[in-house]
Amino acid sequence: MTTPVTHPFLQVENLARAYPSPSGGDAVTVFDHVNFRIHKGEFVCVTGHSGCGKSTILNILAGLDSATTGNVFMDGREVSGPSLDRGVIFQSHALMPWLTVLQNVEFAVKSRWPNWNKQKVREHAMRYIELVGLKGAEHKKPSQLSGGMKQRVGIARAFSIEPKMLLMDEPFGALDALTRGVIQDELLKICAETQQTVFMITHDVDEAILLSDKIMLMSNGPHARIAEIVNNTLPRPRERSAIHKQPHYYPIRNHLVDFLVSRSKQFGALRDAPDAPSSPTVFDPDDLLEPFELTQPESVVVPVPPIGKPHIHLVNA
Amino acid sequence: MKKLTLSQKAGLLSVGLLAVILLVWQLATLPEAKGVAADVDPEYAALMGGGTSTAASSFPTPAAMAQTVWDKLSDPFYDNGPNDKGIGIQLAYSLARVLGGFVLAAVVAIPLGFAIGNSRVFYQALNPYVQLLKPISPLAWMPLALYTIKDASASAIFVIFICSLWPMLINTAHGVANVRKDWLDVSRTLEVNPLRKAFRVILPAAAPTILTGMRISMGIAWLVIVAAEMLVGGTGIGYFVWNEWNNLSITNVLFAIFMIGVVGMALDSLFGVLSKRVAYQE
Repeated sequence: MTTPVTHPFLQVENLARAYPSPSGGDAVTVFDHVNFRIHKGEFVCVTGHSGCGKSTILNILAGLDSATTGNVFMDGREVSGPSLDRGVIFQSHALMPWLTVLQNVEFAVKSRWPNWNKQKVREHAMRYIELVGLKGAEHKKPSQLSGGMKQRVGIARAFSIEPKMLLMDEPFGALDALTRGVIQDELLKICAETQQTVFMITHDVDEAILLSDKIMLMSNGPHARIAEIVNNTLPRPRERSAIHKQPHYYPIRNHLVDFLVSRSKQFGALRDAPDAPSSPTVFDPDDLLEPFELTQPESVVVPVPPIGKPHIHLVNA
Repeated sequence: MKKLTLSQKAGLLSVGLLAVILLVWQLATLPEAKGVAADVDPEYAALMGGGTSTAASSFPTPAAMAQTVWDKLSDPFYDNGPNDKGIGIQLAYSLARVLGGFVLAAVVAIPLGFAIGNSRVFYQALNPYVQLLKPISPLAWMPLALYTIKDASASAIFVIFICSLWPMLINTAHGVANVRKDWLDVSRTLEVNPLRKAFRVILPAAAPTILTGMRISMGIAWLVIVAAEMLVGGTGIGYFVWNEWNNLSITNVLFAIFMIGVVGMALDSLFGVLSKRVAYQE
């Protein structure tokens, strides 16, 4: 879909974040040595267990938080604070409840283009409200909307400022499965239309596979890192109803689930080994196809009980 | 039989309660039945502190009270010199003082509360002063006000100012400090300038809390004005109460008490309406 350009659109170098320890001891490093690149038009998903610092990374990219060490460059310039170039979709939708749907979007549009007149602001806002399928609900207050509709307003607001990059922090985490599916489809459509560059945090493996070009897997904190990057080459346009019939779908999915279930924990030990790889392992679905079948029997091996220790039989307590 | 709605039931109960109050009142103020033997010389009885002339207490019957209320309210704005003004005029004086002090307090408290709520340094620096000044009875300021301002009416306004200040200040600071971080993050990512953020995000977000503070302030101001006017004298509903007490007109005192209640209720419901206006549902 996109041809990789020589210089990446977003470049994250050696990012680390430490928090002072609550007990007053050494600072706790949540993540360190985080390096990745995102190209223009790419949809990148990040997943990992809670506490690995995904949201902190997103907030640093947004400019809402700052890193302890390391740099973020977007479009050749260092990110040093929040900017209209980066739209954020918050998990909690973060709509202003005293404004209507239209006013919420207009607030963003007016922030982006302060010199536009009322009419132009309204038309622009309405275009994005229509895009997320909320025409007719524009004069409602957020409290009158369902969770899914609120999140759509959040999406409309983020897209309306036409940011160079979109940051999404588990945008659908609070939605029920059906609504989530519908909005994912819409997001897929809008992203395809707008060629939006997206960085998205998700806990949902299927969501990551459906939406992304690249899935970054983070190991568990503290000292979390990006352990693996999976290139998701499933062909676009993708259909929720058909995507699981793609030959690469299950190998990718199993690889991701395996990571979250077991490898994310082991990574800590691997990282400290002397021959540990300094950069994340990159996987392509073609790589996954073969070794996946091979590794399957290995995992069935039952550990032999240690010799020399008596087995304890509990007969009668 | 048709079932009554909740408000119909409550209405009936209220009316019933009123009837009971009026009945008890009526019974309590019945002219004392000839407490003195009929054959006693009325003049003698009068000398002994009994007899018909004192049988009617100076506490009015409900009917007499209703007559007074009617008379007073049908001509609220007459002015027969310093000691005889219509209730409307007296209330207007009080309301003007309350409004003056309250508006002054709002002008100071809301911007200051904004600053305190926005800055932890400001908050910590000013907190001891607020904590120290807040529990002082506003009337305790009266001598100081009279000494420095040298004007009774302005001193009353100052007392209202002082008592209205704290709830508004504290609530504004609290409301501003507790604006949801999400909304502030949104305005940061949208690069909203500070002034626009203050008026379009923080103010609406904190408005319900600020208005609650204003409502509390107004309630306290209306309580305090009566006492303040009793002290400064001259005009106003508080002065009216004290003056009528000096005239031993319990009927007028009762009438004034009733009117203080009515006006206080009206002010509070005014702020109730305003609160509804700025309220939002998350």
